Amino acid sequence: MNNPNPKTLYDKLWDTHFVGSRSDNGDLLYIDLHMVHEVTSPQAFEGLKIKGIGPRRLDSIVATVDHNVPTTDRSKGLRGIKDTISRDQIQALQINCHDFGIDLIDLNDLNQGIVHVVGPEQGFTQPGMTIVCGDSHTSTHGAFGCLAMGIGTSEVEHVLATQCLVMNKQKNMRISINGPLKKNVFAKDLTMFLIGKIGTAGGTGHVIEYDGSTIESLSMEGRMTVCNMAIEAGARAGMIAPDQKTFDYLKSKPHSPKGNEYEKALEYWKTFHSDENSNFDTVHNFFAEEIEPQVTWGTSPEMVIGVKDRIPSKEDYSSQTERNNFEAALDYMGLSAGDSLENYSLDQIFIGSCTNSRIEDLRKAAEILDGNVISKKIKRAMIVPGSGLVKKQAEEEGLHETFITSGFEWREPGCSMCLGMNPDQLGEKERCASTSNRNFEGRQGHLGRTHLVSPAMAAAAALAGNFIDISS
Amino acid sequence: MNKSISNIFSGEAVFLDKANVDTDQIIPKQFLKSIKRTGFGPNLFDAWRYLDKGDLNSDNSKRKLNPDFILNHDLYKSCNILITRENFGCGSSREHAVWALTDYGFTTIIAPSFADIFKNNSYKNGLLLIEIDKEKIDEIFTQITEKQIINIEVDVHNQFIYLEENQIPFELDDFKKKFLLDGIDEVGFTLQHQNKIEDFEKSYKKTVPWLFK
Repeated sequence: MNNPNPKTLYDKLWDTHFVGSRSDNGDLLYIDLHMVHEVTSPQAFEGLKIKGIGPRRLDSIVATVDHNVPTTDRSKGLRGIKDTISRDQIQALQINCHDFGIDLIDLNDLNQGIVHVVGPEQGFTQPGMTIVCGDSHTSTHGAFGCLAMGIGTSEVEHVLATQCLVMNKQKNMRISINGPLKKNVFAKDLTMFLIGKIGTAGGTGHVIEYDGSTIESLSMEGRMTVCNMAIEAGARAGMIAPDQKTFDYLKSKPHSPKGNEYEKALEYWKTFHSDENSNFDTVHNFFAEEIEPQVTWGTSPEMVIGVKDRIPSKEDYSSQTERNNFEAALDYMGLSAGDSLENYSLDQIFIGSCTNSRIEDLRKAAEILDGNVISKKIKRAMIVPGSGLVKKQAEEEGLHETFITSGFEWREPGCSMCLGMNPDQLGEKERCASTSNRNFEGRQGHLGRTHLVSPAMAAAAALAGNFIDISS
Repeated sequence: MNKSISNIFSGEAVFLDKANVDTDQIIPKQFLKSIKRTGFGPNLFDAWRYLDKGDLNSDNSKRKLNPDFILNHDLYKSCNILITRENFGCGSSREHAVWALTDYGFTTIIAPSFADIFKNNSYKNGLLLIEIDKEKIDEIFTQITEKQIINIEVDVHNQFIYLEENQIPFELDDFKKKFLLDGIDEVGFTLQHQNKIEDFEKSYKKTVPWLFK
């Protein structure tokens, strides 16, 4: 039977949440879940207080602290945070949540963690939802078949007050990836490879739906890693249609519907997929067999190569702007054109962030580290679990013992060195293999040099003291 | 009430010759610890602008400026229009990037393209973004290099910029234009459509009762 009006996943998410158009033609999109953290919310709460209004739906909001929190001993709670400016910001969230009656997963709560790890593992994130957070990596939640977008602080205030986001419908891109991934090639390599192909502005103005047999074969953790970096391809949202893996993942989560409600929700969730013959504005197709373990060499996520490839040369770029950017990146990173990345010693290893701090990531790192000790060249290697629950699970499996024995520091959950707002930072010119999502200048510390990789590559590089080919 | 911009204004432009300028460069993370919306201007492009590493406690007037950074040249110190390359404002959603640009004194950014979240944050704070072709940007770059400084007139209402002899049109959404020119408080404006939100909510609640606690 032919569907006369085939819709994409994005069309369905848009249509089920479209409230109406304002008189100025801005569309109002209804928001189901609003996740809040300490860095981008204080000015929004201040705005509400000045206007004398409160959040429209408290049951749609969940807050946690993650960006600023120390990942060392937190037994003294807020009082134990030495950086007074960070402490004030965390305290501001505590006060705002208290004043407005918002549920806060606080510093020493077992469920605390990176907002994009907490949402799914608590079952707040469910298929068919619209989700926003004042953080660009909100795209992560799209792995469950949601429209999940990062927003600015004015938008945080707007959503709190009105339950709506103002926008116009964006273009729809489909990226299909088919075939099995090679040995030691993971979701992280896949998502970095795609950014290398379409560029950091490739998805601008679009939302991206990922599909194909490679995507289907990924675990929910892997799918989150893929959608997490949609924003690094310029797309505000990445999404993957839910399937049996999604439904199984959600069944036992604390905040997902239970009993009869689960059955009802399940029927609803199953409608969220792109119909056959639905129309996309832009389509890309790739084969998983093309993908090698990826490492970024430059200061933008699109500056990425396979570990066996050579760092590019000036001649590889056609325009003067590209050449200027290439030279600036190479100079900042302290690398030589045409060289192999294996020739550069590493100073630090960071395994963590909303991209790669889930249990599957830690298991993979532990499997590679098992019984080995990290290179003497490494000044510091740390593993920062994404949440208290991930930490607990890892400890139950004994993974932490493997990490500690091999020379890694085993930390408390938070964003940590992904953006270095807390004390976890790179020193000047220190080179780091990092499982995070951004290799921008200074991202992990003033003049620090970041190479983005998968957890397996980070662990292997920790043992070798430099990047090595893990594909054989 | 948000900041509004004038219908027609003119200014001097400075050219930042870089593509993919990310919001981490516009305002580095250590300044995001502030719980205010103001005071970010002195730390705009902090890592490029100063030779040392600053933080919220730094006295910026005592810090050593990077003489090679374009905004530090005497010629460009009072510029209010920034011209740059593609994909400006990519990366993090931090609205602090826009607050830093406006606090510094920029009213307008001209580039071939901007990142999506940055675009939204800009119009809500009275920062006008103008997208024009890459080739046009190249021409302006040549002009600036020759003349060092150029004046630009911006006609927001009719959506043109005037640059020397050139009249260049630009696109601007109706709703963004309205907010830029009128400086309306957006929350208040949306709440004028509260009936629509309530009607939607009533029927939506029947579809997904498990999302309402």
